[in-house]
Amino acid sequence: MNRARRLRLRLFRTVVLLLFGIFFLVPIAAMFEFSTRGVGVGSERTLSAWTSILSYPELTGAIVHSLELAAITSIAVLVLLLPTMIWVKLRLPRLARFVEFICLLPLTIPAIVLVVGLAPVYVWVTFNFGDSVLTLAFAYVILVLPYAYRSLDAGLSAIDVRTLSEAARSLGAGWGTVMIRIIAPNMSGSLLNAGLLSVALVLGEFTIANLLNYPNLQVEIAMLGRANAGVSIAVAVASLLFAFALLTVLSLAGRTPGRPVNVEEE
Amino acid sequence: MTSVGVPLAQAGGRPLAGGRRPTFAWLGVLPFAGYVAIFLLLPTALVVTGAFGGKNGGFSLSGIAELNQPYIVHAFLNSLLLSAASALIGAVAGALLAYAVVTGRPDGALRRLVSSACGVLAQFGGVTLAFAFIATLGGGGFVTLWLQQHGADIYANGVWLYKLPGLILVYTYFQIPLMVLVFMPALDGIRPQWREATESLGGSSWDYWRHVAGPLLTPAFAGATLLLFANAFSAYATAAALISQGGIIVPLQISNALTSEVGLAQATLAKALALGMVVVVATVMTLYAVLQRRTARWLG
Repeated sequence: MNRARRLRLRLFRTVVLLLFGIFFLVPIAAMFEFSTRGVGVGSERTLSAWTSILSYPELTGAIVHSLELAAITSIAVLVLLLPTMIWVKLRLPRLARFVEFICLLPLTIPAIVLVVGLAPVYVWVTFNFGDSVLTLAFAYVILVLPYAYRSLDAGLSAIDVRTLSEAARSLGAGWGTVMIRIIAPNMSGSLLNAGLLSVALVLGEFTIANLLNYPNLQVEIAMLGRANAGVSIAVAVASLLFAFALLTVLSLAGRTPGRPVNVEEE
Repeated sequence: MTSVGVPLAQAGGRPLAGGRRPTFAWLGVLPFAGYVAIFLLLPTALVVTGAFGGKNGGFSLSGIAELNQPYIVHAFLNSLLLSAASALIGAVAGALLAYAVVTGRPDGALRRLVSSACGVLAQFGGVTLAFAFIATLGGGGFVTLWLQQHGADIYANGVWLYKLPGLILVYTYFQIPLMVLVFMPALDGIRPQWREATESLGGSSWDYWRHVAGPLLTPAFAGATLLLFANAFSAYATAAALISQGGIIVPLQISNALTSEVGLAQATLAKALALGMVVVVATVMTLYAVLQRRTARWLG
């Protein structure tokens, strides 16, 4: 590479990175700025919007519900998907493509379309399970399916499932023991990855909750935004920071065991 | 999957071959199959059959015919325009950013930072994003006020943040990071030897981009643009949080139809609109899959 070109490249990189840095950081900084404004022109900076978060019972209730939903969804998707994937890998390899197709299907069906078909299904859900916010977990398991699938698939192909399970079975272990005590501990990294991604997705979900009339965190934030923009923006920033923290944990955890799992590919 | 241990693997798959006893291995996938049947396949089927359902049951095209109303056609055109514009802007800008990143050190801190930030920002749609832009460019937004103090009024010709141009701008905020994530692997596939070969044959920088890197990257670029298009076309939350009234794009029309009080007629319309969206997204994603296969030939 000659000198002139190297210089040009460095100039190009600096300008591009600077411009994009501004574009992406300014809106986030503006949220901080907005949420610390006082009432009236020229008033001092205040954290009152942040401290008054707890004085909105709907909001704290929604935060608790969303956290519960995140926990239920991430555990449920693992319980549903991991045994199925292991079973298919060991006993029904011909179904592997089919399971993959089904798991990736929600990526091509927009949430707004899914909710149209889910509305009649939820009449039945409400009839059988009551109309608690937590029933949203049924739909959320479907939403996180593609991400959980990719993460678990990467984890399963990194270990020798067949040898591990045959060894365990020949020593007298049942299928439950094979899955819980042999295979799962060998892919803890990708289990964690799938779980945290599900948590991040559920905490940010708005479409389905809003149209099925369940007040989760994002729906409450949007509602509060019409009455008190400062507080709702403060909560929005807080939930964003929480997602950031989760995904940082994820990228740290993904790096330690074996190879990192990158779910964003394709 | 390797061929080691085939006997055990296929015992379940071929129950009757060679006089083996029939097995019930397929029972193991029943919980999963039942779950996706109720919460994924049934809703999808309900959308399709509902769109073709008549007012008194039975087959009818009246729901589809309802799509041919001026305000619905307008919403579809707006959706297509929004998706195309934000996909093109996002693709070009994202490709530039991705190039700026991959020309750095492959294991450098910058690259790690950008790819994990993009992972977060590509998912950062919805209410928070809408609020971020209201706090930035809304009537009392940070940038709006700052520009006013310096004598510039971005809303001299009316407030555009809550209309189509505003949506395009807001959507690029999650489109660019998605492009970076999707396009970076393709840029990584470009080998420095190809550039050296061009130079040793007397080619200039322009020749290299025009005849070597350009044609190689085109399928990847086009495929990524299609993915961005589908991404923008499916998005609902951001627009819903930004625009509280009216239905300028299809997802907002669907939510209007779903929450309306009128009843059955609107429910059919919602399903017909949803079917229309599925058709568009499925077409785009099929093209994307075709282009992906072409990309893999050179840059896999």
